[in-house]
Amino acid sequence: MEVHDYSVKVGGEAGQGINTIASILSRSFADQGLYLFAYQDYYSRVRGGHNFYQVRTASFPVYSFSDKLEVLVALDKASLDLHAGELNPGGVVIYDQKIEAANSLPNALPLPMEELGKEHGGKAVMGNTVAAGAAWQVLDGDHKILENSLKRLFQKKGSAIAEANIRAARAGAEYARDNFSGRCSCQLQKGSLNKSLVLTGNEALALGSLAAGCRFISSYPMTPASGVMQYMARQIDRLPLAFEQAEDEIAAIHMSIGAANAGARAMIATSGGGFSLMVEGLSLAGMNETPLVIVLGQRPGPATGMATRTEQGDLLFALHAGSGEFPRAIFAPRTVEEAFWTAAHAFNVAEKYQVPVFILSDQHLADSYYTVEPFNLNKVVIDRGEILPEELLEQMETYHRYKITDSGISPRAFPGQSRKCVMVPGNEHTENGYSTEDPELRTRMQDKRMRKHKTLAGKIKPPESYGDNNPHTILLTWGSSFGACREAVDKVNRQGEKWQVLSFPQLWPFPGEEAMEMFGKATRIVSVEMNSTGQLGRLLRVETGKQPDMAVLKYDGRPMNATYVLTEIENGGVFPW
Amino acid sequence: MVVNVKEYNLDREITWCPGCGNFAIMDVLKKTLAGMDLSPEQILVVAGIGQAGKMGQHMKANTLHVLHGRLLPVATGAGLVNKNLEILAIGGDGDGYAEGGNHLIHAARRNVDLTYMVHNNMIYGLTKGQASPTSEEAIKTPTTPRGNPLQGLNPISLLLGLKANFVARSFAGDNEQLRTILEQAIKKPGFAFIDILQQCPSFNKINTFKWFKERVYDINTAGHDPSDLQQAFNLAQEWGEKIPTGIFYNNPDPRPTFREAVLGGKNKSVTGSPINPLDIKDIMEAHL
Repeated sequence: MEVHDYSVKVGGEAGQGINTIASILSRSFADQGLYLFAYQDYYSRVRGGHNFYQVRTASFPVYSFSDKLEVLVALDKASLDLHAGELNPGGVVIYDQKIEAANSLPNALPLPMEELGKEHGGKAVMGNTVAAGAAWQVLDGDHKILENSLKRLFQKKGSAIAEANIRAARAGAEYARDNFSGRCSCQLQKGSLNKSLVLTGNEALALGSLAAGCRFISSYPMTPASGVMQYMARQIDRLPLAFEQAEDEIAAIHMSIGAANAGARAMIATSGGGFSLMVEGLSLAGMNETPLVIVLGQRPGPATGMATRTEQGDLLFALHAGSGEFPRAIFAPRTVEEAFWTAAHAFNVAEKYQVPVFILSDQHLADSYYTVEPFNLNKVVIDRGEILPEELLEQMETYHRYKITDSGISPRAFPGQSRKCVMVPGNEHTENGYSTEDPELRTRMQDKRMRKHKTLAGKIKPPESYGDNNPHTILLTWGSSFGACREAVDKVNRQGEKWQVLSFPQLWPFPGEEAMEMFGKATRIVSVEMNSTGQLGRLLRVETGKQPDMAVLKYDGRPMNATYVLTEIENGGVFPW
Repeated sequence: MVVNVKEYNLDREITWCPGCGNFAIMDVLKKTLAGMDLSPEQILVVAGIGQAGKMGQHMKANTLHVLHGRLLPVATGAGLVNKNLEILAIGGDGDGYAEGGNHLIHAARRNVDLTYMVHNNMIYGLTKGQASPTSEEAIKTPTTPRGNPLQGLNPISLLLGLKANFVARSFAGDNEQLRTILEQAIKKPGFAFIDILQQCPSFNKINTFKWFKERVYDINTAGHDPSDLQQAFNLAQEWGEKIPTGIFYNNPDPRPTFREAVLGGKNKSVTGSPINPLDIKDIMEAHL
């Protein structure tokens, strides 16, 4: 099979239906056996504005977006004005006939979307499906596949609606076949993927949490993290799961602390602003050793920042948040697939070490669609750590919730589990959970808690390398920026360079020694991050004394891709430290 | 009676000031629980910060001693996943009406199944005498040196405005009334709220034990029907020469408890069910 790599952009105002078109195309690409990476760029408004969806499909795995397009589907004039210039030579524009195209665009198809939608689908809004059909025709896709995808996407709304969509798509395809006089360079082929999931980062985090047996989620809506709780909220009738939309993020984290201490796996999902409100609860979880999973979907700050945009600006915030000193773990999934496994793993870490565990995501990961092989659920390991059985509890004189141990981990028991009372305090405390100000005991308790950091550090996920095994240049990165780095390295290595990506699925405890070993003989370390201060580079320096040689940073709220990374490096990068 | 009240005793130093209203409240609470045949391990005390929040440190029970104002959200989460615990949320007026005011409103709306005792001494005790949300207008405190410019919050009126499930006021000097109300509150499914007037001999020199004692009267003995919300509102406006106590409102047609509402009335156990990752197979495969 020929290697191919096509990008389709669907642009329009919020509320016009670009998501419908993009999801039809995405599903159909996946069903055609192709890999997918689709990302959303949207404003914080419900109607109007200029939004777009960029869907990239390829015969090989893709982790980021291209600079150029093969097809542009424009539902408004702004989409033509802003994006027609991104088309590759031979690229095609499909636009709503209602738009007065100022210049006669070459290789363009004006499409009577609403008319065809009304005529064949019964409603003007079916024009979106008409456009998807036309785009599929221009791309030379298999129509059976498109129609099957439509059936599956719309079946839940009833077969009449599914049928109407199929008729609308067919009308769009036929119109394109009969009226498009230009040429498209694309010939969509059957790919090698066999049945893949089409998932966003948020969906993968929610699925991973559910697989791990999360029993309670409390959150307050905040973009880009709301999708996690909304996804889980939809499952409450199917799983032993409780969900509550809290009155604020302070309540959200405390509800989860309550649920976790009563014996449930509990989590919260928020963004930086909401997490700011949760910080006192985080500190409480640090003191009373509550296992808690916190999804922190990053967006640009400070304060409200840019609600629907992306950034990786909260790494050091998550690391340092909370009064006092206590252990925690920080994970940052790099892909949608990893988001699932990270969530599944996070609950084990939280319960085993009785610490708050962060999953740092960002808007780019949270909202982007990827094709993923179905997860092998038999491989999801459940490890709830040491929980004392009732029989053993009954034999004890008193239960010591905070028993001082070598590992720092005290076996858990829950209120109501046995005839032993469980005391869980926010004050410094004795082994059985009563407050104390004894200086010697305070020191021993703080040491006990911090020993968990050492125990945790012994079980860390090391950084992972991708690319050349003996590199002279290493791109140091984390989270969703991995995608851009991976494609940048592929590109230069194809031209004979020896580059590598070194990325960190776990950022705390920091795998400093492992990273130092992996630097090997590399002569140039470049930290690549979506923030303005180079937070991973700073963490590396603090933990190892080693400083990256330059940084590639981006903090305009829009994701980076391979071209950006390579151009910045060529221009000498920046040095934020 | 099987449960002996002594089971609730702890051999720990009590750190309240002599003459504090908390002694009487704790004593009545222990007797009430024992009288209801509830033993300490069946109880979860979720306590806030303040002198009242120390209750969990001074009597035997399962305890979650949490941050200032956050007892209700913690209790909400705990109660949702563990249906077998009898939950008592205990805090003071600063904890519940200042720091935790937002949570109070929403816990009442949710009808969380718990008994919420607010020890209301109309002053901050633990932090040494500052004005609280229920401090009376004009009272001089370290933070209101020219006299409190604000009106005191009326918690009964607030809770009645929310049509909370069970709304009562008692007084630390009336053991029998407090015991009766506590027992009804604990028995009542859903959110049961009791504002308990108490003296603070160290910092509130105006609203003293004697001051309360001279003013309180029992509205139920005086004929108030707790199913009458409008009459309850009228009574809640009284404050001054006479202070009404008793059960203001006991919803005769209660809404589902939070647990029932969230878990769809199926009363399924959230903590008790074993974890099986394969349970999500269908949910995952919907993305195929």
